[in-house]
Amino acid sequence: MAGESFNAPHIDYAGIAPLIALTVGLVVILMSGVFSTTKRWAPGLAVITLGATAGLLLWHWNDNLSLVAGALRVDNLAISISLIAIASAFAAILLSIRERAAEEAGHGEYYALLIGSVLGMVLLAEAENLVTFFVAIETLSIPLYILCATNLRREGSLESGLKYLIVGSLGSATLLYGMAFIYGGTGSTDFAGIAHGIEAKGMLHDPLILIGIALATVGLAFKTSIAPFHQWTPDVYQGAPTPITSFMAVATKAAAFAVFIRFFVVALGPETGDWQMGLAILAAISIVVGNVGAIRQDSLKRLLGYSGVAQAGYMLGGLVVATEKGVSSLIFYLAAYLFMNLAAFAVIVARERETPFGDDIRSVRGLGSERAVLAWSLTISMLALAGLPATAGFIGKLYLIEALVEGSYTWLAVFIAVGTMISLAYYLRVVAAMWMRPENEVAASGPGSTPAIAGASPEADPVDPEAGRRWYLVGPAVFAAAATVFFGVIPQPLVDFATHAGSSLF
Amino acid sequence: MINALLWTPLAFGVVGLFLPKKVVGWWATAGAVATLAIGVIMAFGFHNGQAGLQDTVNTTWISGLGVNYSLGIDGLNLFLVLLTAVLWVGGIAFAAFREQERPQAFFFLMLAAETATMGSFLSQDLLLFVLFFDLMLVPFYFLFGAWGADRSAEGGPTAPQATLKMMIYTLIGSLLMLVGAIATAIISADGGHITFSIQALSEQGLPLGSQQWIFWFFAAAFLVKMPAFLVHGWMPDAYRAAPLPVLVVFSGVLAKVGAYGFLRVVLPLFPEAVSQFQTIILLVALASILYGSVMAFTQTNLRLIAGYSSVAQLGFITAGIFALRADGSDGAILQMVNHGLVVAPLFIIIAILVERTGTEDLRSMGGMAMRAPVFAALFLIVALATLAMPGSANFIGEFYILNGLFQSKIVFAIIAISGVAMSAYYALRLYQGTMHNRKPDGVASREISLRDGVILAPLVLCILALALYPQLILHRADPSVQQSVSAVTGEGSESSDANLAVNK
Repeated sequence: MAGESFNAPHIDYAGIAPLIALTVGLVVILMSGVFSTTKRWAPGLAVITLGATAGLLLWHWNDNLSLVAGALRVDNLAISISLIAIASAFAAILLSIRERAAEEAGHGEYYALLIGSVLGMVLLAEAENLVTFFVAIETLSIPLYILCATNLRREGSLESGLKYLIVGSLGSATLLYGMAFIYGGTGSTDFAGIAHGIEAKGMLHDPLILIGIALATVGLAFKTSIAPFHQWTPDVYQGAPTPITSFMAVATKAAAFAVFIRFFVVALGPETGDWQMGLAILAAISIVVGNVGAIRQDSLKRLLGYSGVAQAGYMLGGLVVATEKGVSSLIFYLAAYLFMNLAAFAVIVARERETPFGDDIRSVRGLGSERAVLAWSLTISMLALAGLPATAGFIGKLYLIEALVEGSYTWLAVFIAVGTMISLAYYLRVVAAMWMRPENEVAASGPGSTPAIAGASPEADPVDPEAGRRWYLVGPAVFAAAATVFFGVIPQPLVDFATHAGSSLF
Repeated sequence: MINALLWTPLAFGVVGLFLPKKVVGWWATAGAVATLAIGVIMAFGFHNGQAGLQDTVNTTWISGLGVNYSLGIDGLNLFLVLLTAVLWVGGIAFAAFREQERPQAFFFLMLAAETATMGSFLSQDLLLFVLFFDLMLVPFYFLFGAWGADRSAEGGPTAPQATLKMMIYTLIGSLLMLVGAIATAIISADGGHITFSIQALSEQGLPLGSQQWIFWFFAAAFLVKMPAFLVHGWMPDAYRAAPLPVLVVFSGVLAKVGAYGFLRVVLPLFPEAVSQFQTIILLVALASILYGSVMAFTQTNLRLIAGYSSVAQLGFITAGIFALRADGSDGAILQMVNHGLVVAPLFIIIAILVERTGTEDLRSMGGMAMRAPVFAALFLIVALATLAMPGSANFIGEFYILNGLFQSKIVFAIIAISGVAMSAYYALRLYQGTMHNRKPDGVASREISLRDGVILAPLVLCILALALYPQLILHRADPSVQQSVSAVTGEGSESSDANLAVNK
């Protein structure tokens, strides 16, 4: 773009203020870790940073700015996705209070890395250029590789970090390779320029562009954990410290979907008909693989990992139709997903700390009589993920299916329905464990009554027998569950939010 | 008013969560009675002889998606709503007399289930209907799973397994129905404004090609719910697991939602598909009648006898609807109410018998009538109504159904009649096996206690009242039924009052 002149592009500092806020916050938090001996500063500073960023983003709501010579676009899509990521990060900070991983990694580093990842996500949501796109995806991934491994004394955590590093790098490399092809084929790194180039040549007729798009799609599928590129998801989810898992499950997915949407709708917009079927098939595979994979899982985090694969498949459906309604439904689903997942993860964190079972399904057995509030939260979360009515999950599915049928992809809507059916088998298993305890297992499941079981590492010992009463765990769980029900009964505010976000691209 | 009818149970249930254990049962009963009172007041305000909706509420719920919060009452749902209100009073009161584990949660779920069931009867928006239809299942999932009986000792499934099976079976249908409902709205909007209003959709019409597959999505949901033959696999396990007070309302009302769905949604929205697939559905209905009857007189578990008899009865009702004549559907509505009024006391009686004998097996029961003349009399009335004794409202219901079937598909009618004969066999077998015969040792025959009598007697009185005056339902249902059926046949069928005169 700036080929003819060597002048630096005009920079709208107001527009990039959220990014600046995050960067400053990151540096301050890191420094606080170095210079301050009190550990309490870092999470507080991280919360302030996130709050300031959210405020600055909201300030640009409806502005639709193009920044830094077209490298970034601040529109409602970017803002809404960023807000979802920020909310998820905020929740992760609460869940990290008294988390072993945060203490071992040093508070400054842990929270600074978290903010760094959020920076990458906001950047990614705004990216409208292949270079920004790639830089952003690396900015969000690298801190996550480290965060996954912060639980230094647990083998699983280290394994998770390493696995994520290797697979994530592979994904990034594939993506970069694809980008190179796309640049070669169209002569532009800019999404608008790519659209121009593709329109001139036709996507299917130029092998260079076609390979490029295929590779970039694979790279994106890695990041959004869409099958068959999801294999890392269950392992990494299980091994990572749970607050980080909760952050990855929602925020990474949201940010990756943001660029997924922007890349396909803006850069490949002219050739919609050519890529729809490909994405639809990916979505269908994801729905089947995720739901079937989750059925036999005993680890709740693995279960949610597989469920995330399936949910990514549902969400991809919103992009397949490439309509305003489709994109809006995707945003709605992401927002609903934030609440549904958060309620589940908050309960898992609490149970991890107060029972010897870690994240095994045994940890929630009998929860209904032991910790009724947590049990209700997890129940609502599971029912919502399964798409039962009176929850945001139902409205989300309704929205997606309506968009799909309208876009003539009814068969994919049927896939969603069938996938949902399969998903009941594992979501309800968790619910049953909480409320319907088989009599013969009562004795074996009282907390503390069982010695460490094969497979449960010594680190899984209860660290805080009162974790189920801590405000920073019960609060997010209850709030997220309440929001799930609220938006299931009064969905209009969230629908409006999603419609605004979706309409900024069309 | 209609809002109060829908939300009163849930409101009582939520308050009940915070009440002490001892009073929550009575509080819940009060909630169910209040709902019934509202229902009765609405029934008195009902304008007889009109086909259209009354007491409607219609506001936008989700504007971007075209979903409205739209409720209304007409001849199709008026008596099903009343049936719901009546049976819930019975079920809840019966449970309130007994000790329940975690009673707050139990009664909350019962009342939430009542709201959801009311909602699916009252909804006039297709999507709202689907929502309530799915929602209905959630409280029952918990009620069956957490308060249900574990059958693993007998080689059966545990309560959670049985309910999971039920959930998956029934949601297979209803999730496809969600897709079907959305497709109906979008295809018939044809690029215009999307609406889910059942009335507007039936006026807009749908191309035959779309009707064909959407019909099956809806039919699947409704047939599983009933349950009909071939998709009844969840029923035996779920019925054996369910707590009996819950089964009173579950068996009495929920099955009817499926049959009602055919009348409310399928006939008006997919008329051409209905006449095209009439024979297939009739075959399923016939199979249900025969299979249900045969199973009912071979089973020895009391719950399963009642459960399979329901399969047969629902088969009758489906056959009546798919006779595609006004008299058949009139009979179907009457029979839905009748069957609800019969099967609910039947389960209460079974619960009493099980409490006294400690077994659910017919073979180890008997002689219970010896010192219990009132109990025996009440049971006898229920049993005779079940076998559609002439003079009972069930007789009139089945007469209407068979009459409708005779005039459209005579062969099916002739086969269906065998179901009537078989119902006599299983109803009498049940009565004799428990009340007569030799009394096993160690079991005392006692008169029904006052508290159970207070619940059972009014239900039996309802049966008697309907037997004396079935026109109460037929007159009010007929105009709306004519409307639904004429959507398929394309003409106004002759009024069925003529037949009624013959019959009385």
